[in-house]
Amino acid sequence: MGNTPTLKRIIATDCGSTTTKAILIEFIDNEYRQTIRGEAPTTVERPLNDVTKGVVNAVTELEELWQLVNKGKKIKFVENDKILIGNGDDGVDAYVSTSSAGGGLQMMVTGVVAKMTGESAERAALGAGAIVMDLIASNDKRPNYEKIERIRELRPDMILMAGGVDGGTTKHVVELAELVAAADPKPRLGSSYKLPVIYAGNNAARDIIKETIGEKTDLIITENIRPTLERENLGPARDKIHDLFMEHVMAQAPGYNKLMSWTVGPIKGKLENIPIMPTPAAVGNIMQTIARRNNIEVLGVDIGGATTDIFSVFTEDFIFNRTVSANLGMSYSISNVLATAGLKEIIRWVPFEINESELRNMIKNKMIRPTTIPQQLEELVLEQAIAKEALKYAFLQHKEFAVGLKGGQRHREIADAFSQSVSGGTIVDMMSLDLLVGSGGVLSHAPRRNQSVMMMIDAFLPEGITRLAVDSIFMMPQLGVLAEISEKAATEVFEKDCLIYLGTCVAPVGKIKPDKISLSAEIELPDGKTFNQDIKFGEIVLLPLGVGETAKAILKPGRGLDLGAGKNQQIETELHGGVIGIVLDTRGRRPFELPANIQERIPLLKKWMRELQVYPDSILD
Amino acid sequence: MAQAYSPGLSVTESIIIRKERILPLKGDVLVKKGVKVKAEDLVAETLLPGKVVPFNLANKLGVTPNLVNQYIIIKEGDNLKKGQIIAESKGFFGLFKSIVRSPIEGEVENISTITGQLLLREPRIPVQLKAFIDGIVVDVIENEGVIIENKSAYIQGIFGIGGETTGEIMMIASSPDEVITPEQIDDSCTGKIIVAGSMITYKVIKKAIQKKVNGIISGGIDDHDLKELLGYNIGVAITGHEDIGTTLVITEGFGDIKMAEKTFSLLKKFSGKKSSIHGKTQIRAGVMRPEIIIPLEFKEEELTTPSNKMSLLEIGTTIRVIRQPNFGLIGKVTALPEELTKVESETLVRILEAELENGQKVILPRANVEVIEE
Repeated sequence: MGNTPTLKRIIATDCGSTTTKAILIEFIDNEYRQTIRGEAPTTVERPLNDVTKGVVNAVTELEELWQLVNKGKKIKFVENDKILIGNGDDGVDAYVSTSSAGGGLQMMVTGVVAKMTGESAERAALGAGAIVMDLIASNDKRPNYEKIERIRELRPDMILMAGGVDGGTTKHVVELAELVAAADPKPRLGSSYKLPVIYAGNNAARDIIKETIGEKTDLIITENIRPTLERENLGPARDKIHDLFMEHVMAQAPGYNKLMSWTVGPIKGKLENIPIMPTPAAVGNIMQTIARRNNIEVLGVDIGGATTDIFSVFTEDFIFNRTVSANLGMSYSISNVLATAGLKEIIRWVPFEINESELRNMIKNKMIRPTTIPQQLEELVLEQAIAKEALKYAFLQHKEFAVGLKGGQRHREIADAFSQSVSGGTIVDMMSLDLLVGSGGVLSHAPRRNQSVMMMIDAFLPEGITRLAVDSIFMMPQLGVLAEISEKAATEVFEKDCLIYLGTCVAPVGKIKPDKISLSAEIELPDGKTFNQDIKFGEIVLLPLGVGETAKAILKPGRGLDLGAGKNQQIETELHGGVIGIVLDTRGRRPFELPANIQERIPLLKKWMRELQVYPDSILD
Repeated sequence: MAQAYSPGLSVTESIIIRKERILPLKGDVLVKKGVKVKAEDLVAETLLPGKVVPFNLANKLGVTPNLVNQYIIIKEGDNLKKGQIIAESKGFFGLFKSIVRSPIEGEVENISTITGQLLLREPRIPVQLKAFIDGIVVDVIENEGVIIENKSAYIQGIFGIGGETTGEIMMIASSPDEVITPEQIDDSCTGKIIVAGSMITYKVIKKAIQKKVNGIISGGIDDHDLKELLGYNIGVAITGHEDIGTTLVITEGFGDIKMAEKTFSLLKKFSGKKSSIHGKTQIRAGVMRPEIIIPLEFKEEELTTPSNKMSLLEIGTTIRVIRQPNFGLIGKVTALPEELTKVESETLVRILEAELENGQKVILPRANVEVIEE
């Protein structure tokens, strides 16, 4: 597409399970910029039961703010409760949207060997933006009757069935189909249609599969996702998932039929319908683009109300992985963070004493009234402590899943295929990671960026030298779908308006005694001053260095410690600044430990938080 | 002005309620359109398929799957008795004959000659669906269920535990901020739906279960007590399936929170009246909140479903604070500034100004209030 003069103004929305976020992109001075944003609660709930109401509310806010910014000039984005498209001076030229409301896309996948075709199926589903409720494999050790019960009780939106290489044995994949047929599963939203099942397994079994489940389900057959042992082919299955997501899942959610008719944009000069994308699929698009363009390793996290998604691109082959922690989030699932981590793990991040019962009740109240926000400082601190645990657990799950298996269409040597199923070692390497990007309400909307820095460092424990950024207003989903009609607009806005660089974290790895020097840093700042200091173990030092600025640094790790070049090896490098600056973190990695004793821990937390200026002094005194 | 939308829970003295009563699977509808039903009446029933039992026949016979057909003596759809012979191999000259018997009573669902596996199904499980509310059957969905309407006093709770039940409303608390004690629960509470004040404790709930109280309505509950009651921590708010011996409807939230004056006085007004309640809560994917439905006398022509309306935040609107500080207090909106404002937590938000019932003037994030319809 590219430089289409017809696209002067574009609205993109992301309908999340809590909030509907709208952004306006305008073509100003020969480039695309994101100018205004608005948001409103998502309205898939009663009494409104219509997602478009929330969209109209968010877009109405855009309209009001546009007029405010443009000093009284009049404009209309909404007319007759509908987004106004292609109306000269008023309205916009395109409207696109992503959605994760209504629980997103919930899938079940099956495969013959859990670690091989099962994992491929799981990756296809995750890559398409789904939440994988369960993976059922021939070798997963559950007795068959249990598998049948499980399939029946899950009520997914759709099932992806994989298994077998093309032309191979059909017995196991047919057996799985028999289990699905016996369970006779019903779709999650309504029983008025048959459950969609995508078959992407051994092509020799297609006819028998048709015979077995063709009548009971809405069966769609596509290419094998694992045609040979050493080749993965996820594209066709992913495309089918997206088609079905639109046709079945979205069409069942309240108001989506209407919304689907609104999303249009010019394709080859004609207004065409632009499909609504599952939010995580759109984020994945954008993340991969960054990694390839800049030739870097990237880890991205999107912590939402219900789920936490982690995206990563690692190794020189740009291997992309995505995981969804379906029940780790900051509102709907906040109580599950407590159930997963336990009170003690959450409290260890809190710099004051707290009544446990009050904390429990606060968490539950957030769960039942998920759209509320912390007005009191104390509640903000608590929510951020919970966020660290949610992020930590989501990241653990990601590391376990990202085990060197490749997405997209890639050939792999037979030896790799075996080693991956046998070793299963994670490819997530915090030492070689270049950029950590945070997004989602709690990270993007944190009142101080310093808070985002601390949450990301404490939860992910970056090692060596790592740049930190946030997607300030969580624009990645909208940009991911926008790329469908204009890659130019999407990438321009991404580079200029999306990422806000926070700074760089420097953290030596390894064990050392508390009173020893952990890091000797000699940093030449742009104003000509030099920071020269030996930092003991257990400290955080913040060194301001602005956005776009760099500083030459000679960094020497303490005895036995490593900064990325090997134990005791000095590094000479350039550190990038950001709105916060450089964070020299000598609190330890592998292990990172907080004192169990509250009398020791609280003063330490306060010291670090003061140095990083995380919270107002009133709460740290 | 923007259409500031703050969904609130319904608390209303009279509304037309429309309930779909749909079977989980197709079955028989037992009532006709236009019939008056009581909450306890059965309106539809069906048989749920029994548990599927996979059975590897090829293994049992010691043959390859494609040979299963030669030995099997049952066919798909056959009814089975436990121990009945389902396959036998001929053996050599009548020797080494192996006989395979059915492990269950039920039905033959599927015979596979590719995997050599039989799928047997246990007998069907009957499911009966009650009307749940007194009302009129206004529509019958053939083989699926009915739609029942009535006019009711109606209260939505914020969170609940346990399934559908009915009973007479009985006030135990005398004010919405009272915390009732186990001693107040006696034999007179049996079969009733009792109303507590600001908080229901574990001990009171236990006593209520012992006295066979059908349901409990309370302003708040302590999360610790809930965990003790259920034996586990609720991770994601999907409830209603618990079987603790009674149904709980919480109207305000977790902790000691005074029940909203309006809710309390409405319940008090209908003390002694029959009510249908449930604790089903689902906060994701098709929100569901617990309900208290108190049927009123009505004429059929009154049954017109009102259209959904938007709760608007305007100057003068009555609101309730739904987060600390001042959680649970009621107030009136005095101003709705457009610009973003920094609150104590330094968060920049859209706020409103309000005067609370205690006379205090406050600013509140708009996200932290709900509209109370009057």
